[in-house]
Amino acid sequence: MGVVRTPTNLTQGSGTRGGVGESTLRPDGTLKVTGEFAYASDMWHDDMLWGFTLRSPHAHARILSIDTAQALRTPGVHAVMTHDDLRFETRYGLEYQDTPVLADAVVRHHGEPVALVAADHPETARRAAAKIKVDYEPLPLVIDEETATAPDAPLLHPHRDDHHKDHVPHPNIVHRQPIVRGDVEAAKARADVIVTGEYEVGMQDQAFLGPESGLAVPAEDGGVDLYIATQWLHADLRQIAPVLGLPEEKVRMTLSGVGGAFGGREDLSMQVHACLLALHTGKPVKIVYNRFESFFGHVHRHPAKLHYEHGATRDGRITHMKCRIVLDGGAYASSSPAVVGNASSLSVGPYVIDNVEIEALALYTNNPPCGAMRGFGAVQACFAYEAQMDRLAAELDMDPVGFRQINAMSQGAVMPTGQVVDSPAPVAELLRRVKAMPMPPERQWLCAGSGADVRALPGGLSNTTHGEGVVRGVGYAVGIKNVGFSEGFDDYSTARVRLEVINGEPVAVVHTAMAEVGQGGVTVHAQIARTELGVTQVTIHPADTQVGSAGSTSASRQTYVTGGAVKHTCEAVRERVLELGRAKFGSYHPAWATAELLLEGGKVVTDAGEVLTGLVDVLEGECVDVEREWRHRPTQAFDLVTGQGDGHVQYSFAAHRAVVEVDTELGLVKVVELACAQDVGKQLNPLSVVGQIQGATTQGLGLAVMEEIVVSEEAKVRNPSFTDYLIPTILDTPTIPVDVLELADEHAPYGLRGVGEAPTLSSTPAVVAAIRAATGLPLGRVPVRPEHLTGT
Amino acid sequence: MRVTFTVNGRRQEADDVWEGESLLYLLRERLGLPGSKNACEQGECGSCTVRLDGAPVCACLVAAGQVEGREVVTVEGLADHSRERSEGGRTTGARGTSLDEARTWQAGPTGVGPGSHAADSLTGGGTELSPIQQAFIDAGAVQCGFCTPGLLVTADELLERNASPSDADIREALSGNLCRCTGYETILDAVRLAAARGGTAKAGEGA
Repeated sequence: MGVVRTPTNLTQGSGTRGGVGESTLRPDGTLKVTGEFAYASDMWHDDMLWGFTLRSPHAHARILSIDTAQALRTPGVHAVMTHDDLRFETRYGLEYQDTPVLADAVVRHHGEPVALVAADHPETARRAAAKIKVDYEPLPLVIDEETATAPDAPLLHPHRDDHHKDHVPHPNIVHRQPIVRGDVEAAKARADVIVTGEYEVGMQDQAFLGPESGLAVPAEDGGVDLYIATQWLHADLRQIAPVLGLPEEKVRMTLSGVGGAFGGREDLSMQVHACLLALHTGKPVKIVYNRFESFFGHVHRHPAKLHYEHGATRDGRITHMKCRIVLDGGAYASSSPAVVGNASSLSVGPYVIDNVEIEALALYTNNPPCGAMRGFGAVQACFAYEAQMDRLAAELDMDPVGFRQINAMSQGAVMPTGQVVDSPAPVAELLRRVKAMPMPPERQWLCAGSGADVRALPGGLSNTTHGEGVVRGVGYAVGIKNVGFSEGFDDYSTARVRLEVINGEPVAVVHTAMAEVGQGGVTVHAQIARTELGVTQVTIHPADTQVGSAGSTSASRQTYVTGGAVKHTCEAVRERVLELGRAKFGSYHPAWATAELLLEGGKVVTDAGEVLTGLVDVLEGECVDVEREWRHRPTQAFDLVTGQGDGHVQYSFAAHRAVVEVDTELGLVKVVELACAQDVGKQLNPLSVVGQIQGATTQGLGLAVMEEIVVSEEAKVRNPSFTDYLIPTILDTPTIPVDVLELADEHAPYGLRGVGEAPTLSSTPAVVAAIRAATGLPLGRVPVRPEHLTGT
Repeated sequence: MRVTFTVNGRRQEADDVWEGESLLYLLRERLGLPGSKNACEQGECGSCTVRLDGAPVCACLVAAGQVEGREVVTVEGLADHSRERSEGGRTTGARGTSLDEARTWQAGPTGVGPGSHAADSLTGGGTELSPIQQAFIDAGAVQCGFCTPGLLVTADELLERNASPSDADIREALSGNLCRCTGYETILDAVRLAAARGGTAKAGEGA
């Protein structure tokens, strides 16, 4: 591992064990290794019913009739509900309210929810749903840009009333964001080489392991208690309550255990359905998707088609860039508008290019709805611009890393949006570090005396080669991702912190609505409380809607924003504690009035280290309890014509070097090593930081060589299972050495920089660059399949 | 139908079991043992791995009726299972080798010597854990944790039959268990750590 630089001004609270900067272990670790941690699908209630969702077999069809009589007569069935049973709001959505709770006259994608069943056994519910007779009349399909924007194209949302409807060039375009800066034509005239390329990214799935689940319990006051796995409790609440016709305070949500998310739990899945069935039947209702249904139950990463043009001068300087990015948003908007904003504003990559013409847009089609997934619009662009960088370097006969370093942005650079990058942007340094890592030895699969260990070769235990036809390649990539919600969104979080004495010891209780989805926010919140309040004992209160919103666990933002809220609230608690101390003890020691005071090791100490008194003595009989909101610096919307605006609050950078070995005869790829260097500003928990980087890297590997939801020409999902949708196993995943750089962002709490997404970006293009290096093939599409390598 | 079998050393009886139910449903929904997880329910992900008469199996692929009269160990019984095994001649060795030492540990005759203690977790005190459970916590192998129970049962079985697995052995043994969060590096660390701690404990026994 490389040298880790730590800003010296961030070590406050070092007198308290388990604070910021230490690899403290997860507070939920013991429960998770003993099987006692209660995930959403583990919820259970006396007298509970099981819900099941009937889904459309068609991608676009009119519903002529629905006959539920036979299903209702099935013994054990308590309720069947359709659109006709909805009495209040009938649609929801993250950005546009365009998604029907249950299909209303038309289904717009394969797997759209049509009816609900509640029964006393999950199999009874499933079988009853199969008895619901739905008469469909298939409608013409919209499946790509050509069919979506044809003059006679069927309009998927003819009555759309969202805030983007008036500026899009066609009603089947969800949102379009151009960015123009500089003079592309003049710059192009100066270019010695021009490289154009067409790229395509397949539809990736989040494939979190814990399927969508939840338990809704009707309450005596007419409301409902919902135990749920989600990424953002309050965004769910805002969408659920109107459908139930209830005020938000009567929909009480508690976060249950969440088995991963990666963007796939940002939209509602079964939340409203379980609540509707619970209120309808008066009984608790649990819904648990199986893996098949999970593939239909959440949005996916947008598949994309990208056209890029770059020019450069002989000395390796990029003159200009033009690009057009077309994202398939599927049947409903989900977070497509924000994904468009990201794709356009980050389309240039971490490079200084003064002259750009950029256009990104998302389509409405009858394909599966797409929305948030780790990397959020920046992944697709990174695959394309990094391929372009390699091609430019080859045209100029330059080293691909050296070429990137010439054009790499650094602090003070101007983005195509006009935004000045006002914190460290060590792009060239990350490339240098990842290139400087030792290379894995050649032919590691050779065994002394006994041939080859096939487990280390392409094809693995299929025993397809013992090294014949195997060629090694090395590739590099670097990417840029925004951190936090952008484009003027009021991105705040809330924390409530209570400090009191329990059994003679000061104890802090931290209460937020942050969705812990595995990332380790609960670990970090306790560390922040220890550092700020100087206590050892910290209790993390379960996340629920009894405290203000924490915003979403996405956009690499939770440590920044909810971590910031916890820090800010702890500071307020500390001030109250010191006020109490001054009132009680101020007359005994002048330092109470004159010195800067800290809380460390359970004591009030001066900045010179003198102990004034114990926290227990200050708090005796008192409980300090504070709730505060905290928000990062405001951002601006992008101008709809020029794309100009300070749209992002922070940028995050990671670089990868991939080493692959390819069986060139069979087209099989073995990723031998995937090294990563990333700047994280400040590591609040080094063990968790490395875990995020390695996990993100592996999802990028999956997109590079295996992961794709295959959608047929009839817009139907062909592979909704882990048999047919492959994610990397431990045999597919290489060693992932990580070099963490810490260059503080002075605007962020503790100097931190969001970690979770940037490595997902650069991993994919690095792997594909390595495959290109091994094979000499252009490879403009991911995932790369064997047939792309063998031409068969 | 009625199914009678032994779960984690305790005789259990379940009535009115439908013929189509899986062992996984029986454990989770009828016996109150939800530790075995339901990530794919078609034998692809390994999150429901349990021991059936000692062999690791996907509980989702075993019909409930097939376990009549047989012995099942789930993640909930892993600590007891490990203790019983150790009482048969091995110590658990749950602590004693640091993660850094484990990372440099190699399979084969050159085991690591007694080392410094792993960092305190500030958590979970008082709960008895098996070595592999403790190693997963210490190595940072748990994120969302949904794959963890199945991985623990699989890894524990690996270490039972191979106390000094190479990295390739570990990868092969765990290749039926999907994890979406970690990228597997910390899972490898955890298995190496448990092996290293076991190796330390056994050094005096000439094992």
